[in-house]
Amino acid sequence: GKYEYDLLVIGGGSGGLACAKEAAQFGRKVAVLDYVEPSQRGTKWGLGGTCVNVGCIPKKLMHQAALLGSALKDAQHYGWNIAQPVHHTWSVMAQAVQNYVKSLNWGHRVQLQDKKVKYFNMKGSFSDPHTIRGLTKAGKETIVTAENIVIATGGRPKYPTHITGALEYGITSDDLFWLKESPGKTLTPFGFNVSLECAGFLTGIGLDTTVMMRSIPLRGFDQQMATLVTDYMESYGTKFLKRCFPTKVEKLESNRLQVTWKNTDLGTEETESFDTVMWAVGRAPDTKTLNLETVGVKTNSETGKIIVDASEATSVPHIYAVGDITEGRPELTPTAIAAGKLLAQRLFGQSSELMDYDNVPTTVFTPLEYGCVGLSEDAAVQCYGSDNIEVYHAYYKPLEFTVAERDATQCYMKMVCLREREQRILGLHFIGPNAGEVIQGFALGIKCGATYPQLMKTIGIHPTCAEEITKLHITKRSGLDATVTGC
Amino acid sequence: QEAAKYEKKVMVLDFVTPTPLGNSWGLGGTCVNVGCIPKKLMHQAALLGQALQDSRKFGWEFTEEVKHNWMTMTESVQNYIGSLNWGYRVALRQKKVTYENAYGEFVGPHTVKATNKRGVEKLYTAERFLIATGERPRYLGIPGDKEYCISSDDLFSLPYCPGKTLVVGASYVALECAGFLAGLGLDVTVMVRSILLRGFDQDMANKIGEYMEEHGINFIKEFVPIKIEEGTPGRLKVTAKSTKGNQIIEGEYNTVRVAGRDACTRSIGLDKVGVMINEKTGKIPVNDEEQTNVPYIYAVGDILQDKLELTPVAIQAGRLLVRRLYAGATSKCDYVNVPTTVFTPLEYGACGYSEEAAVEKFGEENIEVYHSYFWPLEWTVPSRDNNKCYAKIICNIQDNERVIGFHVLGPNAGEVTQGFAAAIKCGMTKEQLSSTIGIHPVCAE
Repeated sequence: GKYEYDLLVIGGGSGGLACAKEAAQFGRKVAVLDYVEPSQRGTKWGLGGTCVNVGCIPKKLMHQAALLGSALKDAQHYGWNIAQPVHHTWSVMAQAVQNYVKSLNWGHRVQLQDKKVKYFNMKGSFSDPHTIRGLTKAGKETIVTAENIVIATGGRPKYPTHITGALEYGITSDDLFWLKESPGKTLTPFGFNVSLECAGFLTGIGLDTTVMMRSIPLRGFDQQMATLVTDYMESYGTKFLKRCFPTKVEKLESNRLQVTWKNTDLGTEETESFDTVMWAVGRAPDTKTLNLETVGVKTNSETGKIIVDASEATSVPHIYAVGDITEGRPELTPTAIAAGKLLAQRLFGQSSELMDYDNVPTTVFTPLEYGCVGLSEDAAVQCYGSDNIEVYHAYYKPLEFTVAERDATQCYMKMVCLREREQRILGLHFIGPNAGEVIQGFALGIKCGATYPQLMKTIGIHPTCAEEITKLHITKRSGLDATVTGC
Repeated sequence: QEAAKYEKKVMVLDFVTPTPLGNSWGLGGTCVNVGCIPKKLMHQAALLGQALQDSRKFGWEFTEEVKHNWMTMTESVQNYIGSLNWGYRVALRQKKVTYENAYGEFVGPHTVKATNKRGVEKLYTAERFLIATGERPRYLGIPGDKEYCISSDDLFSLPYCPGKTLVVGASYVALECAGFLAGLGLDVTVMVRSILLRGFDQDMANKIGEYMEEHGINFIKEFVPIKIEEGTPGRLKVTAKSTKGNQIIEGEYNTVRVAGRDACTRSIGLDKVGVMINEKTGKIPVNDEEQTNVPYIYAVGDILQDKLELTPVAIQAGRLLVRRLYAGATSKCDYVNVPTTVFTPLEYGACGYSEEAAVEKFGEENIEVYHSYFWPLEWTVPSRDNNKCYAKIICNIQDNERVIGFHVLGPNAGEVTQGFAAAIKCGMTKEQLSSTIGIHPVCAE
């Protein structure tokens, strides 16, 4: 043919690899370019993208390490005799997690090979709409041409460069998971999901951890739930500096970092020293070196993300984009994977199925996990008006917390439904252990158009936390006590 | 409790006949006292034992030797149960339901005799009656069974560690108990007559058994005990016979635990009011409104014929019955697609048809089974049990590939299964399942 490849994917992360492998299934000639620009601190990693290397996977494993710390405490109530002291060694955990991630890098390379997808460890940029210039770390150049190109370069953590010393002295999630030594006393601004998840597990493994927030936690999520999440974290030992924002970071002689911040409530300026400051202020799309202007791929002027239509097409024919790089899409691995696969099926498999971005479930893996699908209560009220929605809710206590004498104050769930006859479920929110496992099946039900009556007809599995969802019957409107009692 | 909401005059009679070993308990029934609740708590204790081992791989350090203290666990569990018994008594009082700790039996139409533990008798009359007496463990019917064996009625409050234990039977109760006892560090053997988990998907049942065997539980298959007697001091000697020949084996254990339950319907005077029971099983047949053959007498829970022996089913049936009787409701209890979970070391959640049942009902060529092994992320770092967790869905090809069976083997199986049961109730198809985005990284995805 005219071009070397039928499909060239720039970016070997969740979306890119899924798209490439799916296309290869149709017998197409496919290539993937993947390259990791080292972080400010010099951290780099292998094939697989954010999720595998510096996202979901190491995050969940370290979260698990923290949960196991709680399990050790619980175990004593259940009869296990563990001699004190119990302590945690960062390097053992980090090594184990990093080894597992490396095995995944390897696994991805093998998979590409098996599926006959050509892999280039090169940084790609556009020369023209069908030509990509790949550059190796050593500076060697390779030109690759393709009929179709998919951009899936994802994003990287932002630095708040307006804060003095932020860039020089702070790290990001890119670095945290690859640290060989414990981060020690850590500050994680600003209360987004990454900041809370990291603060959560750092606290859980015994480190002195502080979250600094200018305004609300978990922006974009249901605020009632967000508050319960942070309330739990506070009772669990994470410190919160609320309504504060940092103004500068300096290095002390002891090598510690001194952070100065403004407390907007008191109008004062305060300082404290930390071993580590991990910025979690959001992520920026990785498009700078792609040379998008040369080929005319349009990006959103505010976010820098690539604008795509419902079929993942950019403003340039034969150039597509999937994953975190795309404007208006959730920054989640499963949506990137699904979008990548469907794109490949449309390009090469005679399918016309578009990606459905509605009712995508997600989970925040804070010490007490928060899983949700559909609309937040605030969004539902805004969309339909509070008179037209009904919110069923309940405070419950996981059975396993009883003997362990754990506080379940923030274990809570709510279902937001339309009030009219059918009572279709608009959103479901659950805080508690294993929130992701609980929500997944219900997300499926919501995709099937589940209504409140249908959920009430579903018999519960006993004893679990999830069964409480099928028993929700107290409405917020009634004002009645929503605490679950008895069996 | 539901009937009291409609301002009906309600009385509850509850009485626990002590076990052969003299064990008894408070208000709340099997689930609370000697079923779901203590079972799940002890299962949790076993899971925590595993968590301790995993935690070392995640960087936690503590002494090599970790032992489990049975008494500490049992005391905590019993305290919690005590709080539930108390909670029920308070709830009944608050709802103005009269409660009597007395053994009830029919003596004539609309009349019940209640005998308390001191032998004092009282008579009560009512417009309507609900029988919900549940079941009690069945003994083996062999020499030494009642003298030496314990059942689940005794296990959860046993005032000494059961030690080396033989569990007779392979029902879910038997396997769950064997599972957590082994998880607490005890030497456990399961003696099975024929198959594991009768009535459940056999493919899944076998996987559960394999996992248990790989984790140190001994299985003696195709044998039944024929005699139990004292062995060396402190031990029991069990003699068993093969079901396939004349082979006899013997073994010694500290504890022998029987499994199997019988309905409590034989001595509550049902003959005096003409309520029909299945003579063989003791269970009561009811119509789809939980009504017995006597119009003013209803029944719910484990004693019902051909219905699932599950707490949530009993609760749902009881509530809906009362709403139909007193609140003009028409909803009947939906016994189809009731999800359940077996809390064995590798948990098993299921909803809908087993593969065998689906094949029988629809024909092999009309069903499609999608399946997958998976490795929970949390097990990767401790390097354990790769390729043991498993999930399958059974679809009806002729009905738009509607999902008619869901089976998952893995951690938190109950939490995973619940939502899928709701989706099955909404008539989910394979296509809808495939187009639902997963939550990452979790097992359910």
